[in-house]
Amino acid sequence: MKNQTIDLTVNGEKHEILVEPNALLVNVLRDELGLTGTKYGCGTGQCAACTVLVNGESVLSCLTLAVAVDEADIVTIEGLDQPDGSLDPVQEAFLDHGAIQCGFCTPGMAMMGRDLLNKNPDPSESEIREHIKGNLCRCTGYTSIVRAIKSCSQGREPQAKL
Amino acid sequence: MADIEYLAPRDLEEALKAMEEWKGRAKVIAGGTNLIPYMRAGWVSPELLIDFSGLKDLDFIKREDETLSIGALTTIAEVASSETLRSFSPILPNAAGHLGNPLCRNRATIGGNLANASPGADMAPPLLVLEASVHTERGGESSREIPLDQFFLGPNKTVLEQDEVITQISFPKPKDSATGSQTKFGLRNADALSIVNIAVMIEMEGKLCRKARVALCPLAPTPIRMYRVEETLEGNEITAELLDECGDMLKQEVTPRLVSIRASAEYRKVLSSVLFKRAVREALKGVET
Repeated sequence: MKNQTIDLTVNGEKHEILVEPNALLVNVLRDELGLTGTKYGCGTGQCAACTVLVNGESVLSCLTLAVAVDEADIVTIEGLDQPDGSLDPVQEAFLDHGAIQCGFCTPGMAMMGRDLLNKNPDPSESEIREHIKGNLCRCTGYTSIVRAIKSCSQGREPQAKL
Repeated sequence: MADIEYLAPRDLEEALKAMEEWKGRAKVIAGGTNLIPYMRAGWVSPELLIDFSGLKDLDFIKREDETLSIGALTTIAEVASSETLRSFSPILPNAAGHLGNPLCRNRATIGGNLANASPGADMAPPLLVLEASVHTERGGESSREIPLDQFFLGPNKTVLEQDEVITQISFPKPKDSATGSQTKFGLRNADALSIVNIAVMIEMEGKLCRKARVALCPLAPTPIRMYRVEETLEGNEITAELLDECGDMLKQEVTPRLVSIRASAEYRKVLSSVLFKRAVREALKGVET
């Protein structure tokens, strides 16, 4: 195979990486860049634990060839925190609402929550459920996750609900 | 995944040249949402992947006079959210909104869905009732325009030659008096391979049905139009009796696979008949009296 050098900006940092043409973005992020927040779940694009943002768009990184996103701007769960190091409101809300159990779906869920709020700052519950339709969770039953994302909608202070 | 070479052509000409050169040994990748799983499962083993996703000239939705054209590289998400398409017929954006999951739709393309030719291809039923055509290009050969109901040959098989690609899909603007309905019935709300995916379009003239189009999948090796049902509806008043007759006809004519995966053949037949009647009633609701 002809290896290729690609340029990826990940969470604001530029990286030049030598990859094989068949390398998947999820594996490059995890193994080459050490960003293990993005999870490898099913490998077939059906669980969305591998969710990242590529040029502002949520994609399944397990179905994305790294060479296909050369020169792209990528945001992973590690990139959600604020410049001062504090967590994104979505991440805080997940903590406050007990929306994390095993934590495996959490990065993907949080990314989709952030993706939704970027596009629609005041989503309804059904809009939230629609947006995370592709993200599987085996632990929580989704209720706490939806509540967490809903608590971040415009004009509402994230608040703990126990 | 097996070793591959990768090429990201800068334009269609470069892409077609590569396809001609590597004929049979190369595969087009666009969104990759079908191709990557197939490759990882060992079902396809191209030597070269030709990445079409950078060919932005093939990503468009436009109307020219009475024809709607959609570039092959238009993502399913773009189809689902297109106000242009929705204003002409909501059945196409509706069907797009049910394909896969929200992330998959950001990358999957309408050309890819048709070229992949799954027996349950989500975009096929609405495009079939809209009487769409597939436009193709081949290096050094003349382009083709293929009516969609002549495009599919079998499961994952189309009339496309090994070095031929879809560039766009077009269909005539539906008459203002046309109404349609589309339903996807699956075992879950996302990532569902459909049990039945049906689209219907009708044009009424007073009490009589002037034109009817019915298409569904996966009730055969390919997505299909139900020509006999259409002929039975046309020219007649759509009574409950006629709908029952057409529903029974539909049940007789479809050929779902006998092996029960996700649903038995019997269940699919009965369900398709029920959803057909519901779809026609739904479409009739949209008819202005």
